[in-house]
Amino acid sequence: MRTAFIETLVELAERDQRIWLLTADLGYSVLERFAEQFPDRFVNVGVAEQNMTGVAAGLALSGKMVFAYSIANFPTLRCLEQIRNDICYHKLDVRIVSVGGGLAYGAAGYTHHAVEDLAIMSALPAMTVLAPADPVETGLAVRAMVNWRGPCYLRIGKAGEPILHSTIPDFQIGKALLMRHGDALTLISTGAMLTNVLQAAELLLSRNICARVLSMPTVQPLDVDAVLQAASETHRLVCVEEHRAPGVIFSSVTSRLAQHRVHCLVEGLNLGEGNIQVAYQQNAYLALAGLDPKAIADKSMQLLTQSL
Amino acid sequence: MGENEHHLPSAELATNIRADALRMVHRANAPHIGACLSIADILAVLYNGVLHVDPSVPQSPDRDRFILSKGHSAAAAYAVLAERCFFPKAWLEAYCQDGSPLTGHINHQGVPGVEVSSGSLGHGLSIGCGMALAGKRDARPYRVFVLLSDGECDEGSTWEAALFAPHHRLDNLVAIVDYNKIQSLGTIKDVLDLDPLADKWRAFRWAVREIDGHHHAEIESTLNAVPFEPGKPSCVIAHTVKGKGVSFMEHQLCWHYRSPNQDELTMALTELGLSE
Repeated sequence: MRTAFIETLVELAERDQRIWLLTADLGYSVLERFAEQFPDRFVNVGVAEQNMTGVAAGLALSGKMVFAYSIANFPTLRCLEQIRNDICYHKLDVRIVSVGGGLAYGAAGYTHHAVEDLAIMSALPAMTVLAPADPVETGLAVRAMVNWRGPCYLRIGKAGEPILHSTIPDFQIGKALLMRHGDALTLISTGAMLTNVLQAAELLLSRNICARVLSMPTVQPLDVDAVLQAASETHRLVCVEEHRAPGVIFSSVTSRLAQHRVHCLVEGLNLGEGNIQVAYQQNAYLALAGLDPKAIADKSMQLLTQSL
Repeated sequence: MGENEHHLPSAELATNIRADALRMVHRANAPHIGACLSIADILAVLYNGVLHVDPSVPQSPDRDRFILSKGHSAAAAYAVLAERCFFPKAWLEAYCQDGSPLTGHINHQGVPGVEVSSGSLGHGLSIGCGMALAGKRDARPYRVFVLLSDGECDEGSTWEAALFAPHHRLDNLVAIVDYNKIQSLGTIKDVLDLDPLADKWRAFRWAVREIDGHHHAEIESTLNAVPFEPGKPSCVIAHTVKGKGVSFMEHQLCWHYRSPNQDELTMALTELGLSE
């Protein structure tokens, strides 16, 4: 995903002089191509995320569109107040990019687990929050952000994620992408969980259950129409996200359903409440947390046994 | 605006800033008058010819930028902007009143002339770095002035920005530290000593000058001499008195919090040679 990010950004920066890229001293073997091609629009600010965010604000106040890049929680939680006050309150065109969202840096330990980022960023005023599922969605998200006004947060994985879209989808900020038709229930996936969710849908199909799958690359604003339609047509929703409980998609879906007085069963599958205190590779912990394809399929089966 | 197009001598402007701020905090029962009075002279000189700004075109692309990083001194900043006709002076009467854009910490939303909202310390210098960097890379002539408090120098983010500016040779950036020696809960010396403050900025490779932050000619000649060294950002350590200009407020911690009652307001204005 980070390759798709930088390749798209370089392509866009060739014709859009507003685009700048800042990094807080991370992005080895990723950012070099931008730095070499656009040295006047690239700054490694050093290990100083608060300053990076403030500098991004100052640049944006001077007409630039700034991508501020780091990994895990460093460009978000470390400088949360700069994001809230300097970026969001001033409604600036700053795109905060975090590589290694969720448990992509699983074995690196607790400090590198970005598992609250989507909820915290979604809580900020005027913030658009994106978590694409694969390299295709990542490239489209970068393009969409360049044509968007106001602050954005982009959570992406690392490298080597499979391509899940065989054709180029109609990607729009605020719109879910229909990955599979189905009417037994709807699996709503955000970020890189889509790989496991699509495999879970395959397992369900082998059990003669036809699940609808929505990819939600936009976490905020939620595609309320897609959620309401899925609720009214399939009556059962499973929200799958690589995020601390209760999950930001689960929270926003359930609050919208309540607001619209929709009667529907909703399950939230996420990383739970606990902290991970030992080393785990990403997929190993996802399996432990019940986010592997089989567990997602099994939970979906259970939901189907429950009456409305 | 031409540099000689002054509406008032800076001394008179400073007196008006002080009086406006006193009336505002009195009416609103708002805090921070001490921190407003300590920067009144710096603001008066800045807005009396140092800053290239035009109230009739507040967003002019090549205007100098001024960032009040010590956002709690908003009353003084609103006062100077009103005195310089960025917005009507009548607005000042609504300071901190329900529905007014003139919030207690400086607000850019709906307030012409305010570049940046602040109020949490340690934000302004980084934003100033970004503006100055954009100016350098775009070869624009504007300068960026950031006014910080001394207490704000406790913030780590201030020093992140202090490292950044010299590295990028931002000689279009000026940091002015309002060194009034009193922070929120006590003297700087007792709470977290900054001494030697000028040496700290020098060690970070800023060109530094120390001045009397109430001596108008000294403020003016210093600010008109930036950059002090080509290729380096400039830092002005302005030695000031918290509460300056009102004898019973000078050097007093309590005026970080208290607002003057009617009698105190009358006494303060009388000291300034004004009536209500």
